[in-house]
This record gives sequence, structure tokens and C-alpha cells, in this order.
Amino acid sequence: MNEKNKPILEVKGLKTYFTTKRGVSKAVDGIDFTLHKGETLGIVGESGCGKSITSLSILRLIPSPPGKIAGGSILFKGNDLVTMSENEMRKVRGNEISMIFQEPMTSLNPVIPVGEQIAEALRLHQKMGRREAWAKSVEMLKLVGIPSPEKRAKQEPFQLSGGMRQRVMIAMALACTPEVLIADEPTTALDVTIQAQILALIKDLQTKIGMGVIMITHDLGVVAETCDKVAVMYAGNIVEHATTEQIFANPKHPYTQGLLASLPKIYEDQEELRTIEGSVPSSYNMPAGCRFASRCPYQEAICTAQQPELVEQSDGSKVRCWKYTEQWTGQVEQEEVV
Amino acid sequence: MLMFIIRRLVQTVPVIIGVTFVVFFIMQLVPGDPAVLLAGEGASKDTIEAIREQLGLNRPLYVQYFDYLMNLANGDFGVSLKNSQPVLDEILVRLPITLELALFSILITIVLGMGAGIISAVKPYSMQDVGVMLVALIGISLPSFWFGLMLMYFFSVKLQILPVAGWDSLLHVILPALTLGAGGAAIVARMTRSSMLDVIRQDYIRTARAKGLRERLIIYKHALRNALIPVITVVGLQFGALLGGTVLVESIFAINGLGRMIVDAIRMRDLPMVQGGVLFASLIFVIVNLFVDVFYRFFNKRIELN
Ligand SMILES: Nc1ncnc2c1ncn2[C@@H]1O[C@H](COP(=O)(O)OP(=O)(O)O)[C@@H](O)[C@H]1O
Ligand SMILES: [Mg+2]
Repeated sequence: MNEKNKPILEVKGLKTYFTTKRGVSKAVDGIDFTLHKGETLGIVGESGCGKSITSLSILRLIPSPPGKIAGGSILFKGNDLVTMSENEMRKVRGNEISMIFQEPMTSLNPVIPVGEQIAEALRLHQKMGRREAWAKSVEMLKLVGIPSPEKRAKQEPFQLSGGMRQRVMIAMALACTPEVLIADEPTTALDVTIQAQILALIKDLQTKIGMGVIMITHDLGVVAETCDKVAVMYAGNIVEHATTEQIFANPKHPYTQGLLASLPKIYEDQEELRTIEGSVPSSYNMPAGCRFASRCPYQEAICTAQQPELVEQSDGSKVRCWKYTEQWTGQVEQEEVV
Repeated sequence: MLMFIIRRLVQTVPVIIGVTFVVFFIMQLVPGDPAVLLAGEGASKDTIEAIREQLGLNRPLYVQYFDYLMNLANGDFGVSLKNSQPVLDEILVRLPITLELALFSILITIVLGMGAGIISAVKPYSMQDVGVMLVALIGISLPSFWFGLMLMYFFSVKLQILPVAGWDSLLHVILPALTLGAGGAAIVARMTRSSMLDVIRQDYIRTARAKGLRERLIIYKHALRNALIPVITVVGLQFGALLGGTVLVESIFAINGLGRMIVDAIRMRDLPMVQGGVLFASLIFVIVNLFVDVFYRFFNKRIELN
């Protein structure tokens, strides 16, 4: 999709570190991806792999201290967000790049009517007057499918259900028609039927506004439903980057394969879900070699010695795994077969 | 909201009856016989007995209590044993003075306390924060009688810009109110700071930042309103402590308020006067608590009836 256009968002070698008493936590450790207009990029990975920190880094909302963007660039329409002044950055936030958070119950201010919480962004970025901004925020509430929006706008968050609050968050994020929407696990805290509605809503509004969406999730089901391409994250790195079809039809990285194997399959009689054995290395103390090596069924000598690069494959996908390089001997596998 | 206020009002009735009960019986336990005192030194046994009879002090206690309640219901707080004037008259003269003192003091507690707390919280661990919190710590530790005397010495004796004592003009209010309000201001400052720091870490503050709002708007619109909710409760509690403090401050600054009246009455064993004074002080306390509750609820509608 839009392969030839210039991307609106281009993340290059982004590193976000946390300096704490325990040492330096490399939460995001050199990641690259691009996003085009109208496109949906999925970022998947287990909890703690750095998805939220990636998204917060883009809007420069990392709690600092202890967090800091330690390297790389985030080009938005050609301008680097990493080096931008705080003043300019504020004009981007909520206006050109918006974000929906994982926690709908706590992400709205409990003592301010929800309509006002939407309207203030409009007054700020679109220079609307009070009445106009209020009317627009009621319109936004209607757009995201909240019944009797005039009444709801005047209510405070405690009067709304979790699903409604997430709709309010979406209305708030989209009020200024941003070019990029970052949705950080927007449905994780909601029950299944509401989940589907919220995803459909985002998809629908995306086609209306034509924005690029970064869909962050730990759920491959969500990826299958909404994404054009996927970046699979593991321990602060992207380990595989491919189109959604490629990821499901031909997953290359052993971690991606593991994730897919742990998906519940409708057609098979599966007694229990398979999970990937072992645990993620500590972000304070990353191994020298491949970060997945300790959990990988294919591990060889080189895997623990040196970290593989993210290498482009013949089908256009990218994988960070020694298995897909010339250095791979394949001996361990053969021995096991014999 | 109206239902809540009504319910809360109804709830205060047993509290007030409880207060009358406590006030009445504690006074019975106080050593010293008012009849003996009234009769004067060297009075005969018969005279004392006659005074007892006259005041109804020889009847069973529960009868006396019931009688007392009935009189209260009729607005009769008894007469002073000292000068035979109705207790209520005296209280109504003294009460406004104490209320004025208390109101100015709580104003100082709120304005000084919240102001200092916000200054601290916007730049945590900075020089301004450490400085303000140090002053607050000192403010909490200072005994108010000492602080009051120091203020008096410095402003009235040394600089001679404020009156030493009495209660004639607004200038007279400043030092006593400062003495009475300072401790509370220190507590409110610390509370405001910790509450602000807690609120600033909340998800909705991150949302406000993600919207592109200016830091100042985030602090004053999004953070402060939430941070002040627990502070209101502390202010309410401080008001109670402050009422107790009036006794001391009124004595230091020679103010003829309710607190001083109670102290004098205790010294004179003027039983009806003490009872009336304590009862009124308790009543103020109950009313203030009612106000705090309603206020708190207004600010925090999330604590729905449960
Ligand atoms: N405030 C913080 N201080 C130190 N480390 C942090 C902080 N926030 C996040 N991290 C680190 O960043 C890693 C990634 O976190 P996050 O991006 O929230 O994961 P997720 O993929 O579940 O969204 C965590 O494992 C943690 O070690
Ligand atoms: Mg997360």
C-alpha cells in the first residue's frame, strides 16, 4: 500500500533507556519502522517488550527522569520529533499525532466533563471558540457512537462504562483529525464484544480521515483483523517485520512462529494453549547474542555469541535471526533429526 | 445532592444528643461542689442544702439530665452561677468573636497551606521545594503558645506595627489568626504537595500532555482539582483542631471569645456556663463537619451513595 509515497512517520534506530538505581534498562533498543498515510502498522509482542515505551517515545511523553530517548530519530513529515523544541512538539501532540491509551478507566480526568476534555484540544489546536468547540465535541461523541451525546458530554467519566470511556478517548484523539493515530492496546481492558466494536470504529474512522494507524497489541487476532503490516517486538528489538499475510502464512522468526503456535485454533481440537518456554531476558542485562536464544528451539553457537541484524529477505520481509543468514550451519537441527 | 444533605442533617441529631449527654455527665464528675462554692466560705450546712434544693442539685441524675435536655430544647441554657445572667446571652456575645478568629485562621491555613504546597509540587526536590517544606516542618513542630508570643514580641513590641492584644480592629485579628492558622497551614502544605505529586503521576495527566496542553494548564486545570479533594478533608479536620486552639490563643491575646469564656467558667466552677460553652463549641464542630462532607461530595461526585 502506498509503497512509492514518502512515509509520514519514519522511525530510525530509536533507543529509549531508563536510568534507575538498578542500572540502565534498555526498554527500546534500536528499532526502525515506517508508516504511510492510510496504512495500519501493527506492533506485537509480549507484555514488557517495549511497545508502550515506543509509542510514548514518538510523542515524547516518556517520564523523564528516569526515561530518555538515547538515540535515533523519529521523522514526522520530514521533521525530527526527537530534536524538536517542546513548543513545537506541543503543536504536534493531539493535533497531528494522537494517542489512545490502554487504560480507559484511568485515562480520563475524573473531575472534568468529558465534553470539555474533548473541547479543550479543539480550542487549543483549531483555535475554536467555546461554543464551536463544544458543538464539535458533541459531534465527535456522536461519531464514535455514543447515544444522546449532548447529555453525555456534560457527564463526568464515572458516569460512563469502560467501553464508553474508550469511545470518548477515541473521540478526543480524533477531534483534530490527526495524520497519525497511535492506539496502545486500545481494547485490552475491554470485554470481547466491546473489543470488536472499538476496532471496527477505529477502522471506520481511519478510512474517513485517511490517517495512518499504529496498532499496538499483544493479540495476533487483532493484527489479523486490522493491520496491513506488522512489526514483531521482542525485548526492545524488532525481530520480524512483514506484511500481515506474510506473518500468518510464512512466519520466519522462531519467536513469531511461537506466537502463532500459541494462538487458539478454531479448527483443531486443542486441549491447551501452547506457550513459549522460558522467559524474556531482563532489560537491565541483555545477553550479548540473540535475545531470544535462550528460548529458541534452533539455537546454535553463533546465536549466543553475537546479536543478529534485521536483514531483508527475498520476499521483502525483514528478520533478525541467524537462521536466515549465510553464517547458519544448520548442524544442530540435523543432529536432532538423526 | 439535596437528599444527601438532608440525610446528613438527620445523622447529626443523635450526635448532638450524645454531646449533651457527655457534657452533662462529665460535669458531674468534676471535683468541687458548686453549691459549696456559691454559698461562700464558712456557710452553714443548711445554707448549702438550701442552695442545692433551689438549684435542683439534689435530685437523681437522670432527672436532672432530662430536665437539662428539656430546657435546652426551649433555648434555655441555664443561668450563670456567678452573675445570674442567662448563659445563652453571654455565649451569643462571645461566639461571633471566636467564629471570626476561627474563620480568619482557617483562611490563613487554606491560602498559605495550598499556596506553599503548590509551589513545592510544581518543582519537586528543587530549592524552592526543600525551602518550603523545611518551613512547613518547623511550622508543624512549633508549639502555638510559643509561636504566638514570638509573633507578639516581634511585631507588636519590637516593630510596633501591630497591636499587642485585644479585639477592636482588623489589625487585631492578624497575629492571633496567624498563630492559630500556622500549624494547619503547614499540614495543608505538606498534604497539598504529596497529593499533587501523586496526581501528576496519574494516567489522565499523561492524557492531558498527549493532547498538547501547556504545563501550566495541566497543573492548574487537570491536576489541582483532583489534588485538592483529599486536602479538603484535612482542612476540615484542621478546623476542629483550630477550635480547640482558640482557648489558648484567646488567652494569649486577651480576646474575649468563647474559648476564654470556658476557661474562666471552669476556673469559677460555673457549671451551666461551662456546659453551655462546651455544647456550643461541639455544635460548631458538628456543623463544620457537615459542611466539609457536603463540600467533599460536591468536589468528588465519584463517591456515590454507598
Ligand atoms: N518508568 C520506568 N522505569 C524503568 N523502566 C521502565 C519504566 N517504564 C518502562 N520500563 C521498562 O520498559 C520495558 C518496556 O515497557 P513497556 O513499553 O511498557 O512494555 P509493553 O510492551 O508491555 O507496553 C519494561 O520491561 C520496563 O523494564
Ligand atoms: Mg504496554
